[in-house]
Amino acid sequence: MSIHTKTIAQLAQGLKNKEFSSVEITQHYLDRINKSDLNAFITVTDELAMQQAQASDDKIASGNGGILTGIPYAHKDIFCTQGVKTSVGSKMLDNFISPYDATVSHHLNQADLVMLGKSNMDEFAMGSSNENSFYGDVKNPWNKNKIPGGSSGGSAAAVAGGLSCFATGTDTGGSIRQPASLCGITGLKPTYGRVSRYGMIAYASSLDQAGPMTKTAEDAAIVLNAMAGFDEKDSTSAQQDVPDYTANLNDSIKDLTIGLPKEFFSEGLDDAVATEVMNAVKEFEAMGATVKEISLPNSAYAIPTYYIVAPCECSSNLSRLDGVRYGYRCDDPKDLEDLYLRSRSEGFGAEVKRRIMIGAYALSAGYYDAYYLKAQKTRHLISEDFKKAFADVDVIMGPVSPTTAFDLGSVKDSVSMYLADIYTLSANLAGLPGMSIPAGFSNKLPVGLQLIGNYWSESKLLNIAHQFQKQTDWHAKIPEEG
Amino acid sequence: MEWETVIGLEIHAQLSTKSKIFSSASTLFGQAPNSQACAVDLGLPGVLPVLNVEAVNKAIKFGLAVGAHINQRNIFDRKNYFYPDLPKGYQISQMDIPIVGEGEIEITVDGEVKIVGITRAHLEEDAGKSVHDMFNEYTAVDLNRAGTPLLEIVSEPDMRSAKEAVTYAKKIHSLLQYIGICDGNMQEGSFRCDANVSIRPIGQEELGTRAELKNINSFKFLERAINLEVERQQDILEEGGSVAQETRLYDAVKHETRSMRSKEEANDYRYFPDPDLLPVEISNELMASIKASLPELPVEKKARFIAQLGLNEYDADVLTSQKSLADYFEATLEDNEKNAKLCANWVMGELSALLNKNQLEIDQSLVSPQALSLLVTRIGDDTISGKIAKDVFKAMWEGEGSADEIIKSKGLKQMTDTGEIEAIVDDTIANNTAQVEQFKSGNEKILGFFVGQAMKATQGKANPKLLNELLRKKLS
Repeated sequence: MSIHTKTIAQLAQGLKNKEFSSVEITQHYLDRINKSDLNAFITVTDELAMQQAQASDDKIASGNGGILTGIPYAHKDIFCTQGVKTSVGSKMLDNFISPYDATVSHHLNQADLVMLGKSNMDEFAMGSSNENSFYGDVKNPWNKNKIPGGSSGGSAAAVAGGLSCFATGTDTGGSIRQPASLCGITGLKPTYGRVSRYGMIAYASSLDQAGPMTKTAEDAAIVLNAMAGFDEKDSTSAQQDVPDYTANLNDSIKDLTIGLPKEFFSEGLDDAVATEVMNAVKEFEAMGATVKEISLPNSAYAIPTYYIVAPCECSSNLSRLDGVRYGYRCDDPKDLEDLYLRSRSEGFGAEVKRRIMIGAYALSAGYYDAYYLKAQKTRHLISEDFKKAFADVDVIMGPVSPTTAFDLGSVKDSVSMYLADIYTLSANLAGLPGMSIPAGFSNKLPVGLQLIGNYWSESKLLNIAHQFQKQTDWHAKIPEEG
Repeated sequence: MEWETVIGLEIHAQLSTKSKIFSSASTLFGQAPNSQACAVDLGLPGVLPVLNVEAVNKAIKFGLAVGAHINQRNIFDRKNYFYPDLPKGYQISQMDIPIVGEGEIEITVDGEVKIVGITRAHLEEDAGKSVHDMFNEYTAVDLNRAGTPLLEIVSEPDMRSAKEAVTYAKKIHSLLQYIGICDGNMQEGSFRCDANVSIRPIGQEELGTRAELKNINSFKFLERAINLEVERQQDILEEGGSVAQETRLYDAVKHETRSMRSKEEANDYRYFPDPDLLPVEISNELMASIKASLPELPVEKKARFIAQLGLNEYDADVLTSQKSLADYFEATLEDNEKNAKLCANWVMGELSALLNKNQLEIDQSLVSPQALSLLVTRIGDDTISGKIAKDVFKAMWEGEGSADEIIKSKGLKQMTDTGEIEAIVDDTIANNTAQVEQFKSGNEKILGFFVGQAMKATQGKANPKLLNELLRKKLS
């Protein structure tokens, strides 16, 4: 078994037993990144990584290492990292060296992790295929003609392709779960407010949430332990105790009640994906779980609701990128308006501009009630659907994405692309935790199973996922190289 | 045609918190450009606002002081527009649910009491400052002020003259200082006024089209700008034109207002609730504790001055018009409350005159309230007359010592010994026989001449009451 197929738990054991050093595993990953053509990274921080690896080895030698000490990871380029370029996948911030650390970056540094680099992503986290990055498309390690999913496509490809032990992601409408599904890894979007958003460049503030992208549920639990927690710098982070997410991984799930929303298995879902998802559900039944059909009647409104709420918030969040204080500025602006107009026209990509326009339109005088307010109401209805459902079931299961990874460049219109998020958006709108775990293959491409839990039920989700991974080996499959 | 002026004011009061409303950077004025702007104030990617509860407490204090409804659940919104001194491209403000709802305040203009309605007061962050004249071809941006907490106090269009508007603005200005939430420094921009001005034919109920006057940084300019605007609107309407709804900038140097932007050019601010901030929840306990912490309000103080000290309405109004003035006056009353009326006269008379002459504020007075109190005591106990006291006061102002020291060193103590005065009266009568004859033939007015002569002989120190009595007795 080579280094890059090991989980965090396995690497930590090996480091502790002096089977290898952090410097060795870090170098191994850096070499692999160097040879890779997946385009998973925007910035490779090799020097910094080797320094951190050396410091980790010293710490382990002195007996002060923690479980994450010396583990190499990929950090999504949406998290501010002090002294390191933080581009958020955009030309707009191509020259931005962050003067401060995001709270998540700080936590991961505190845990003695080794940052290999900043992973590629759709510009400002807007996209489902990673084709919207200023730094080019990311390829799916299972088939390099396919998209890896988005927006955390670089993170998913890095983990699946053996370029980092794990990665961070952010999920506004499915950006952790969908690429995790399409690349065959484990991804967790926690409850809104579980992980601090401070220093995580905002796309849609009321939906954005950071989480781990890992090889296993156990690894996700280990990383979430480091990421989660109340942050006084983020008013929307929850003052809720952080349990040890690894503590309940081995609890029995034989009394589990699973809800299958009929709306998640209707028209538009690829047959092969449906088959793999149902096979996974049967596996749970075999483990003693009960399955119930449920209904989330308002889930049909998730796409229109999301594509009002998120653009409205982003149109305002991205206003600070004006060419005045930092970031891209056009050449020779002739006056203030020219400075704004050209800096933003030249600095933002097409999808970002499209969403800013949609949002500015929906918020403008005379349209606010019809769009923004209406969307807030449907958002509330969607949350109520889940509340009712969780009165009867412990977890909701379904597909993550209607299809497996599609060909790079094959989806040309935005609306079709937006439909790729149909099963993931609801959890963001309701603020619920969601996971994607590997559950099978179709045409040699991974299929993910989505788990949606009640608020603050991350421990339960991780427990369910871990039990599944003890019975199956989908998560252990790795793409062929060559 | 006879016109009626209608004015509403929007006052921006800077709340005197140590740190900014959404960051921990200092609000100190006059520091090196951009030295007090942290990552949050600069609007760096990824930063988030965290509400300063002190700003909330101060806003509640204001609301309670004007008897307003406090929205115990209120919301911060984003007001979106682009400007280089607005780092995030939006200002965090309150639109639909402000912290302070409807309230009112009483003003007195030309002896008439009037109630001015307060529509609302909301919390918001200030923008930075654009400096256009420092660098050739460039505009400089100083973000020290960005994020400073402001309370925007919006009045009803209840004022009918520039004088009323100024009285209202001064009343708010004074109240903010009374309750200790704003330093009121207008030069530093801690208190700024925008005036919405319109006119209509007397008797018409419907409001005329208004112009909003901006950039007014003194009470004097407020009065001038409004009067100027009223004239401008009258000229337009009387020539058959119509007033455009617009924002106008007041230029104090040229003494003119000029159009800044029309209604059509006005921004669509695309307000929506700020998703980075939770709704502000104010508990009943917090309301109660802030209410309990409120100092005596000007209106309460005025009533007390009338009831307890026997001051008249006018004096009580003047003395409570400014917190610093009321504080000074009250300090003169210590162990001296029986002379309250006399203290009031001195504070409003001699002291105010000297302050005005020297262009000093009350808290810069060269005579302390304790020193003035002693002087008044000496008038009250007949040590000196009111007339002599004026000379003593001038000497005190010049730093020659306390009232007692000056009375002693200059020998100004009033002559109250009947025998002593009697001798001088006898001398005066003996030396002015012609005038004595005139008095005896019925010219009562000549008595003043004798008083003057006798006073002169005592260098003004004779007790005037005793002197008068003795003269009358001896002459008849």
